[in-house]
Amino acid sequence: MYTGIDLQQALIDVLMGFGLTQGVAKVLWMPLPMLLVFLVASVLALVCTWLERKVSAAAQQRIGPEYMGPFGVLVPLADVGKLIIKQDIIPAKADPILFTLGPVIVFISVFLCYLVIPFGQNLLISDVGTGIFLVIAISSIAPIGLLMSGYSSNNKYALLGGLRAAAQSISYEIPLALAALAIVLMSNGLSTVSIVNQQADYGILSWNVWRQPIGFVIFLISALAECERLPFDLPEAEEELVAGYQTEYTGVKFMLFYGSSYANLLLAGLLVAVLYLGGWELPFPIDRISDWFGISKNTPWWQIITASLGITMTLLKAYLFIFTAILLRWTVPRVRIDQLLDLGWKFLLPIGLVNLLLTAAFKIALPNYFGG
Amino acid sequence: MVMIETKAERMVINLGPHHPSMHGVLRLIVTLDGENVVDCEPVLGYLHRGMEKIAENRTIIQYLPYVTRWDYLATMFTEAITVNAPERLANVSVPRRASYIRMIMLELSRIASHLLWLGTFVADIGAQTPFFYVFREREIIYDLFEAATGMRMMHNYFRIGGVAADLPYGWVDKCEDFCNYLTPKIDEYERLISNNPIFRKRIEGLGTIGQDEAINWGLSGPMLRASGVKWDLRKIDHYELYDELDWEVQWDTSGDCLARYFVRVREMRESAKMILQALKALPGGSYENLEAQRVLAGPKSEWNGPDYQFISKKPSPTFKVPAGEHYVRVEAPKGELGVYLIGEDSVFPWRFKIRPPGFVNLQILPQLVRGMKLADIMAILGSVDIIMGEVDR
Repeated sequence: MYTGIDLQQALIDVLMGFGLTQGVAKVLWMPLPMLLVFLVASVLALVCTWLERKVSAAAQQRIGPEYMGPFGVLVPLADVGKLIIKQDIIPAKADPILFTLGPVIVFISVFLCYLVIPFGQNLLISDVGTGIFLVIAISSIAPIGLLMSGYSSNNKYALLGGLRAAAQSISYEIPLALAALAIVLMSNGLSTVSIVNQQADYGILSWNVWRQPIGFVIFLISALAECERLPFDLPEAEEELVAGYQTEYTGVKFMLFYGSSYANLLLAGLLVAVLYLGGWELPFPIDRISDWFGISKNTPWWQIITASLGITMTLLKAYLFIFTAILLRWTVPRVRIDQLLDLGWKFLLPIGLVNLLLTAAFKIALPNYFGG
Repeated sequence: MVMIETKAERMVINLGPHHPSMHGVLRLIVTLDGENVVDCEPVLGYLHRGMEKIAENRTIIQYLPYVTRWDYLATMFTEAITVNAPERLANVSVPRRASYIRMIMLELSRIASHLLWLGTFVADIGAQTPFFYVFREREIIYDLFEAATGMRMMHNYFRIGGVAADLPYGWVDKCEDFCNYLTPKIDEYERLISNNPIFRKRIEGLGTIGQDEAINWGLSGPMLRASGVKWDLRKIDHYELYDELDWEVQWDTSGDCLARYFVRVREMRESAKMILQALKALPGGSYENLEAQRVLAGPKSEWNGPDYQFISKKPSPTFKVPAGEHYVRVEAPKGELGVYLIGEDSVFPWRFKIRPPGFVNLQILPQLVRGMKLADIMAILGSVDIIMGEVDR
């Protein structure tokens, strides 16, 4: 199917040239993409924190970080440095094992989801057949970590925060899954790559936003709630619970929470891009251009261009979502817990079900447009 | 059949005195049933400094720099009441110009207080950004204060019989500019906040106080006016020269947090209107004008007359508080700020009882938050508008 540059094969060939067996060479290759995606995701999450500072500053008529590197881009690095050298405190009455395990579970579950996030046709760690299902399944492990840390902190604010996080995640996981399910129904597959490919035919017009406007809105709201971002940041509501489940955390453990919350935001952005905004596709079909100029799709330099364009587009779309989320965070007040649960169970869930039903009906009635 | 019964144990949680959303050092001991508030007990006194006792061995002039620490966000009012009480006991008259300057300062201070209230109230509900916007406007007010009094917060500007200094050159114009600038900015806040669905949903119908209830609890200020009682001491006591200005008492009938929000926002607009009128009616006009008239008319000028002074007579440091006792009150932004003064013909007052509006208004809090959600405590507390400096004194 894919006949372009195959980095994996190339590396394996090189390693075999050193006299290694094919099995060993493959094992040596395996950690490379993982490490790469992990690093890229961390850096992009750091960019989110910088963006948060700058956008909030702009919204509040401030300048924001300015002197640490150009436009203050080194602030996130300073953050990381500071948090790493801070003393790691475990409160005396806390449960040390659960207290340590909590942030680790949250961190791992968020970063594991990047396994199936495609930045291009072949730019992902693994095109797992259960793609989007895997993301939803793994990301619902995170609240267990939150609950764990909230409970083990032996702090009432943390406990309330953990409980809120659990309640919130459970309520918004369902509309999120329902919205994603409608997409899955249309693309006849759970794999993220096939979902994007199904949106590839007519450029911007074939993106799923147009075919799934209700699902798009449901997904956006639920994604915000899943990321615990401000109209829905109840688990860490500063005005009520000090810092929620992370009240007792400092140093590296706090960094794990902080990092995974931004990585989670980035993940939500990437998912929005993949599910609704055509993933790595440009607003116009790029294959047409190569056809006009008579370039073969397999020309190496053309492939490099399309790949880098694909990565740019994915990130652009993801950061569009992140930008909206940040702007929203600095604009609106917070909802109350009962209003949050009402919105999830009494509004988004029924609408999500109706949306699923409508999609199924359209799929039967208009198979050409709804992926029959 | 055995029914599975879920019954959560009640949790006693301590909000404050060090809690990010507590206003100052108020401490609330809240009993929670899940997210529901079962009971709430405020604990006061973390900022008690013995203000009343200190007043008993200070002359009024000595005490004046300290009073701005009661309500440090509406500082002009604390000075006004400290000066009004002995002034009225000793029958000291205030020149018209001084009275107008006082009114302008008081209304500016009211706007500053309400602006800061708006920022913290909305921040209590979770929106952080308006806090920065209100500081932008409040900064200008403080610049005006600095220009006129030399200090931004702790002015020490009021004196028995007038004010400490006349308005400086160009101040009247600047103040007018500010008032014209403020009204569009209030429109801006209202566009951002008033019709925000989340904001409306959070505070509409929350913490409702009925008319009788408000009176029985002794509430005052916007708390009382939002509950449908048209009670404003500026209209009722006719102090200073408020009667010469054309203005309306702002009130509402629904008595919930939203009504209190609207009353305060409208009061800001009304105050801006009043300041504009007062600046026009200021006897002698701006200082540059007054000075020019005096020079033009020579030494026997009518512009040197009593109406155009900023103080009737320089107060003696040994001003004696006459024998007698009385209660004097002003309409502070938070409500009725009063002083019960007992003099015994000595330089020191014998008793200086302060009636802070925040302290009295705060009493109703436990009753309002019972049965609400945890997050509502902050919204209701925010709408009460307390300053711990004045509650604990």
